[in-house]
Amino acid sequence: MKEITKITYREALKQGVREALQNDERVFLMGEDVGRYGGAFAVSKGLLQEFGEDKIMDVPLSESGFVGAGIGAAVAGMKPIVEVMTVNFGLLAMDQIVNNAATLLHMSGGQMNVPVVIRMGCGIGRQLAAQHSHSWEPLFAHIPGLIVLSAGTHEDARHMLAKALKSPDPVIVFEYTSMLNIEKEIPVNITRVDISKAKVRKVGKDISIITYGIGVYKCMDAANELASIGIDTEVVDLRILRPLDEETILASVSKTHKALIVEDAWKSVSISSEISARIMEKIFYELDAPVLRLAGVEVPIPYPLHLEDASVPQKNDIINAVKKMLNHD
Amino acid sequence: MKAEEGQHLLYQMQLIRRFEEKSAEQYTKAKIRGFLHLYIGEEAVAVGVIQALTDEDSILSTYREHGHALARGLSAESVMAEMYGKKEGCSMGRGGSMHLFDASKRFYGGNAIVSGHLPLAVGMALALKKQNKKNITCCFFGEGAAAEGEFHESMNLAALWNVPVLFVCENNLYAMGTALKYTHSILELEKKGMAYGIDSVAVDGMNLMAVINAANKAVTKIKKTGKPYFLVCNTYRFRAHSMFDAELYRDKSEVEEWKKRDPIAIFKKYLLQEKLTTEQEIAIIEARIESEVQRAVDFAESGTLESIEDLTKFVYSKKTEL
Amino acid sequence: MIEFVMPSLGADMEDGTLVEWRKKKGDTVKRGDIIAEVETQKGLIEIEIFDEAVIEKLLIGPGTKVPVGSPLALINPIHDKAETIVTTTAKKDLIHPIIEKEKTPASPTVSSDDRIKISPLAKRIATENNIDTSTLSGSGENGAITKEDVEKSIAKKLKGALSQEALGTTTEDETASASISIRAAVAAAMSKSNREIPHYYLEKTIDMTKALVLMNKANKERPVKQRLLPAALLIRAVALSLQEVPELNALWDNGLQIRSDINIGFVVSLRKGGIIVPAIPAANLKTIDEIMSALNDIIPRAKALKLRSSELSDSTITMTSIGEGGADSVYGIIYPPQVAIIGFGNISEQPFAENGMLGVRPIVRVTVSADHRATDGLIGSRFLTALNRHLQNPASL
Repeated sequence: MKEITKITYREALKQGVREALQNDERVFLMGEDVGRYGGAFAVSKGLLQEFGEDKIMDVPLSESGFVGAGIGAAVAGMKPIVEVMTVNFGLLAMDQIVNNAATLLHMSGGQMNVPVVIRMGCGIGRQLAAQHSHSWEPLFAHIPGLIVLSAGTHEDARHMLAKALKSPDPVIVFEYTSMLNIEKEIPVNITRVDISKAKVRKVGKDISIITYGIGVYKCMDAANELASIGIDTEVVDLRILRPLDEETILASVSKTHKALIVEDAWKSVSISSEISARIMEKIFYELDAPVLRLAGVEVPIPYPLHLEDASVPQKNDIINAVKKMLNHD
Repeated sequence: MKAEEGQHLLYQMQLIRRFEEKSAEQYTKAKIRGFLHLYIGEEAVAVGVIQALTDEDSILSTYREHGHALARGLSAESVMAEMYGKKEGCSMGRGGSMHLFDASKRFYGGNAIVSGHLPLAVGMALALKKQNKKNITCCFFGEGAAAEGEFHESMNLAALWNVPVLFVCENNLYAMGTALKYTHSILELEKKGMAYGIDSVAVDGMNLMAVINAANKAVTKIKKTGKPYFLVCNTYRFRAHSMFDAELYRDKSEVEEWKKRDPIAIFKKYLLQEKLTTEQEIAIIEARIESEVQRAVDFAESGTLESIEDLTKFVYSKKTEL
Repeated sequence: MIEFVMPSLGADMEDGTLVEWRKKKGDTVKRGDIIAEVETQKGLIEIEIFDEAVIEKLLIGPGTKVPVGSPLALINPIHDKAETIVTTTAKKDLIHPIIEKEKTPASPTVSSDDRIKISPLAKRIATENNIDTSTLSGSGENGAITKEDVEKSIAKKLKGALSQEALGTTTEDETASASISIRAAVAAAMSKSNREIPHYYLEKTIDMTKALVLMNKANKERPVKQRLLPAALLIRAVALSLQEVPELNALWDNGLQIRSDINIGFVVSLRKGGIIVPAIPAANLKTIDEIMSALNDIIPRAKALKLRSSELSDSTITMTSIGEGGADSVYGIIYPPQVAIIGFGNISEQPFAENGMLGVRPIVRVTVSADHRATDGLIGSRFLTALNRHLQNPASL
């Protein structure tokens, strides 16, 4: 029997960080406001008091500087967890991530590992307007040399970090700020998640709904509603956006013969474009209908709530898309 | 200074120069491609600073780093082979001229985004501090880098965290083709370090003895205090920014003027004056270098190209277990 | 004597125009000397020489534009260095790969009016089964033909072929075409099953001594034509066991649909390849003799492809029996939408332990392949236990 505990997404993240700090001397957390403020989203609240300044480092607003320093510390034998408050500021550190973290191993001919973990808050919602509402997973997933993870469930929020810290190569972990207060049940006796694989969150036979991050719970809600009218969907949570777990994706679509891909990121040149292309390249003759994508509308995210909501796929959009694909009245 | 020591320093500077002349030659024959940035004229900086470091100290450099690599003890063979793109190169041929690496010698590049390696150097120094090690990280960059945001972020972080890093600015007066006065509001670059509360000193980078003294002092200070240090070496590159450069931005007379301050000539004169060497010994050193450079070319020529099947090697570590 | 060539100063330098010779014929030059000035797209560049040499001949005059790698002068090295010769001839190709632009033909205009809209999967299945898609109408989005449309067409084609046989009007050609259709239908059904049904497999070894003793005793008193075959006994035993474990006598169609009638499909192999599965309807209500006569009627007709289509479509479960001298066990693939297939291996004498004693007995290995969506191993196992009980008590059959 699985024992279940109820936990917020925030608490799940915090337990992950705390466990990492307890388990490895080399681990430290650095980021803007992670210490005295308690973390911009209160994820690291209390950790400074518990672990001290050496392990919980407040840093100045120098994204390129401190992300680069995290990379340097990783090269020199430490295991830094670098928190970039949100992905919105992540581009200030993009040069460090692309030209150093992702590249040093290769251009040194395999001599320099960069075992850094970079966590970024991410996502659209809460009316934060254009500069603070980004789904930039695809930008990072574009870069060879990076491992890009997306914590779409509480279980992953709790356990991804431990595995990410085991990686000899740089890992970007996307966390979703709009999920922080959501409470969910997670099993107590599961202490590991396999972050190298996508996860089938719901088994079904009629259609594969492929998604990640903020899309996972949206798609699960849609799937449950669809089940009540006799439509049996399979929901695949990609979980690792680079390198993609092609096997799981293709196996699911080969079974259902239909694929709907859902993400919040802008539709053009996105994760969904990539998956759609791979389905077409690898299993064209398994398709019984064109692949359909629901993704962000190509507009800087506006401030008003109704426009913000209209900018990204919602549960009903998913339900309607599935019905349409299955010719369901 | 002992005669042996002096002769070794001369050998290092002369090797760098001769090696680079040969590199330029091989470039015109299309044996070396990509960018090739020559260090000729600036040899005293690399040789003078690196002699102050121990094997356990780390070095990060720029895309104009053949001199630093050779001064650090990477073999001329492995550097030339790297520029030939051969597997025997110090970075398996994956990096080329701008990305020389040798982790066993704690030589961490070969970084070609201007100022991109400064945060790295701070982070490596931070690790040293956390690990209670007594070593330092030495980071070379040009004055062009001092205009980048990452320079200022790194200075601030290093001072704020008190980490053992030696910032060495090689001020050769031109950021590619734009002169210092068009790129910096303050021409005395050491003042930028002072603004962050960092010990900052400027030195004549054409004079090896002056660089040696300044570097020794800097390293001693860092090892004592654990704090960062900023050393500005005012120097000059005799050759173009990279190979394909018509040098429209400076007068030939300016170059000729600086050549009178050739660091190798100055140091040779010093050694002879101090009777630390003889013309004959210098001739022997030069002959030795000639054959060493030729050996490097032969080594690179006979090196092997990596198989295309291995193209995607080194993107991820072999043992990425998630 | 070697050639001094227009140097390559970058991959983006293609040529240079000689502006001025700084040296003349007969001059001695040393490494680093400027020998000429060349105009490039980046401006005037001084060209240096890397050898100590005497200039023998200047090959081009000022104002001449030449590609990288072209000889500019002939020089005579003072220290003959073999390695400098490398440069000239073959190198031009290296520096100047001539890339011919491929002419792309104007893309042919495709008129989309007469194109058949069909999903890639449906198209693949149609091709594998020789289905002419132009005759199909699609039920998918915008009238696209889907997998389901093609599968329906295959089933129809198969039934058509068989009823023609039943009417006795088939020509030899038509028989051949029917057997191709059967192969195709088997392929489609088995592929679908293997793709969609998560099978689980169970096996039980059953002692046939008592059942065979009873059968042989009965056969002694009968004329040859009316003699029983073990298959009849096994069908009867399966039918009775299914009454006790009805979950296996079912169809899977959006969930488990248990069927009240027990129609046992019996696998008949065709001489030209392929299999056909006629049903013994209501097998649980038939005696062993009735089952035997049903088999005697249906097997020859099946082999001659002279079945009625209802006999092919009514099965609620399938049974396959390997027969004398064949394999010891068989793990079947479920015929969708059924949820199980029962497999009987060859009945052969084997050492068999019972009550601590080893004896040689005629035994049969019975397998159940069942759909794990519909039932679990416990159900399959319960069925095998029931089957064994019936076969150990043949009088009750």
